[in-house]
Amino acid sequence: MTIEVVADHDAPVIYTDPVESASAKLKESFGEVLAEDSRDGYEGFVVEAESLPEVAAYLRDECGFNYLSSVTGVDLIDENKLEVVYHTYSIDQGGGAVVLKVQVDRDNPEVPSLTPMWAGANFQEREAYDMYGIRFTGHPDLRRILMWDGFEGFPMRKDWQEPFFEEANKPFGSRWPGGDVIRAEEKNPFGKNVQYPAGWVPDNIDFDVDTEIYEGVTVTPQATPGLKTDKVIVNMGPQHPSTHGVFRMVVTLDGETIVKLDPVMGYLHRNHEKIGERNTFIQNIPYTDRLDYLSSMSNNHGYVLAIEQMLGSEVPERAEWIRILMVELTRMVNHFWALGFLLNDMGALQTPMLYLYIERELILDFFEAAAGSRMMCNYMRFGGVAYDLPTHVRDQETMSFLEELVYERLPASLEEFGRLVTNNEIMRARTIGVGYLSPEDAINMSAAGPLLRASGVPYDVRRAEPYSYYESLDFDVAVRYNGDIYDRYLIRLDEIYESMRIVRQVLPYLKETKGGSIISGKPQYAIRLPRGGEAYGRVENPKGELGYYVTGQRRASNPDRYHVRAPSFINLTTLGPMSIGHKVADIVAILGSIDIVLGEIDR
Amino acid sequence: MYGLGILRGMAVTAKHFIETYIDDIKWMSRGGRYYNDEALSVRQSLKGTGAITVNYPEEKLPTPERFRFVPFLVTDDPPPGQMWGHDWCTSCGICAKVCPPQCIWIVRGKLPNGRPKPEPEEFYIDIDICMNCGYCSEFCPFDAIKMDHDYELASYDRTSAHIHDKARLSKPLSYWRELAPQKSAAEEAARELKASTKGKRRSNDDDTPQPTLSEEHQQDLYYQGAYY
Repeated sequence: MTIEVVADHDAPVIYTDPVESASAKLKESFGEVLAEDSRDGYEGFVVEAESLPEVAAYLRDECGFNYLSSVTGVDLIDENKLEVVYHTYSIDQGGGAVVLKVQVDRDNPEVPSLTPMWAGANFQEREAYDMYGIRFTGHPDLRRILMWDGFEGFPMRKDWQEPFFEEANKPFGSRWPGGDVIRAEEKNPFGKNVQYPAGWVPDNIDFDVDTEIYEGVTVTPQATPGLKTDKVIVNMGPQHPSTHGVFRMVVTLDGETIVKLDPVMGYLHRNHEKIGERNTFIQNIPYTDRLDYLSSMSNNHGYVLAIEQMLGSEVPERAEWIRILMVELTRMVNHFWALGFLLNDMGALQTPMLYLYIERELILDFFEAAAGSRMMCNYMRFGGVAYDLPTHVRDQETMSFLEELVYERLPASLEEFGRLVTNNEIMRARTIGVGYLSPEDAINMSAAGPLLRASGVPYDVRRAEPYSYYESLDFDVAVRYNGDIYDRYLIRLDEIYESMRIVRQVLPYLKETKGGSIISGKPQYAIRLPRGGEAYGRVENPKGELGYYVTGQRRASNPDRYHVRAPSFINLTTLGPMSIGHKVADIVAILGSIDIVLGEIDR
Repeated sequence: MYGLGILRGMAVTAKHFIETYIDDIKWMSRGGRYYNDEALSVRQSLKGTGAITVNYPEEKLPTPERFRFVPFLVTDDPPPGQMWGHDWCTSCGICAKVCPPQCIWIVRGKLPNGRPKPEPEEFYIDIDICMNCGYCSEFCPFDAIKMDHDYELASYDRTSAHIHDKARLSKPLSYWRELAPQKSAAEEAARELKASTKGKRRSNDDDTPQPTLSEEHQQDLYYQGAYY
């Protein structure tokens, strides 16, 4: 039997790729308000500012792109414009991003806020406002988030210069061959290192910081009927052992019950992104170590993936396997830390944490032998990794060390850890049903990583948009359905087991490719982009989706825009809603279950 | 039964507690639990049971060869009576250019006739800014700058003691060989290989295989020696 193929030109085109189909739908429905980004090397749609909410709502509700991953500002100083870039993903269909861009006048930047639609845009829009001065109309709480109240200027704009400004781009000319040895503090000694805006007299300030945080929490004397009680505002942090760093929560309490919780951050802010734009591409790798300092290998991985997209470099097979090995070990290390500190915060002081640390120490020993540093690994390079695996780890041959680690040592100690904690009644009483996050809320608030998956959303970048060799590896996406602290504890244990599975599959390949090349091409210290454009590299960091948005011009050695989509930062959006109605002591456990690192939040 | 989970957990704690003391007693008879390198290497390894605390600064864990802390400059082994020998650094400036926090300052040497001399006049590293990334040693084409293993650099005076000058930075080659025997041997092999293939033109019909580094040497070097 033969099938006669009749070309039907009127038949609707069926797209298999969700991005293509969504793009076609968008073009069809909103042809007059959006246009494809025509710049060379760029993708996505440039949308007119007024129609953004409409387009976004259509994209979310009709096309299934219901996850707003990243929102960031870009300064297009040459065109006198500011741009906001939105990366949206489809949780159900997986695949790549539909990118929306809005360009507004630099002198009067106003963009309609997407926070009413996507709660996950809240912090990111505040950040774009803080850094670029883009005003998001309709945002419920548009305040600075990383810089302090009363800060003058918008630091990420290209024409803003820091007090010790030297040059726009590294390497700085003074270092060689003249050798002008001047420290920044000597140029501008203590006491004279403060810059005031023109015409501003510091003595007549009438300015009270943090007024806006306390707004809206008006004290009502009759909070509880029949009793004469007040609501109390408690500042937890910035110096508090359970906040894992310098992080503040402004908590409004009714008795001991939480009515409202407002996270305040930025105490560790160093403007990583501005530093990144000053740096050359390769100089940025060690800086990414300092983002989430517990999982520096993963941070490296996301960044090199983004830059490799721009450079178009191939990665040798052995380097890919080494990368996966390192990244999965990092996931274990991070979860050991997260579990240990979660229990520590709940009052299981030191014991479970230190038991896990003994295991973590072994992996860090391996990192130290391989990369030269335990935490600031700086191990991955564009097109490969810096070093081959070491010959020995603590006097043991490397491969036998790794095998013994994942086949004998870790399974035994994790089983023991399970006996120690998992069925502990106190732990269960404190965690089951506490800090509930529904799957709808988790997606809406752009939660990522274990936090998202513990709420029953099986979304993992390694499966949704596979990078490296993850497609060929056999592992499951861990998912739990109750969305409480206990499930977030369990899912981290699950993920450690899955990572162990991956490492076991990687080890034979490492043996097979022994002696193989670990970097493509001759390593270079001065890298220039072959072509201009943008890249968004994302990886499944232990804490969630870590994305790097990088743009650069042709032949450039520095990025024009370098943005980090930090999972801990965006996961914090869920902290307030999750805490409401619980007791004060539960905040600590809820925060511990999100697993934050301030180096990444404050950037 | 309610409370069983807690009891099971307690049993695990008790097991660790007992194991730790058994281990302590076991090593007591074999050179002592403290200041015993062999005990440290076993108890800190995969074979270790119980818990152990390394009593820093009395006890220290050995650092692996790739360990990196603040860089130093390699010089020839010093002639008798001198601190260090001829600098390997040629003041090419690559380290100063690649340094991410820009903590290296170099003054290029000058010959009396004003032309550049392949030797630095001055070389400063501000160790307060240095982030120990190791790029300088990674990209130095002359193996002249290496990462040190001496991590105890705290001092009372930040303003002067933390800017290391050339005298402080220079260390003889023998020091580096002692620090990283495998790696320095691999580097020497790579340099020799480079010198032996230099100037020889490769023709396409030449079937003789190019000499390469041995696998062990490759494993010890940055990029398997591809930067040489």
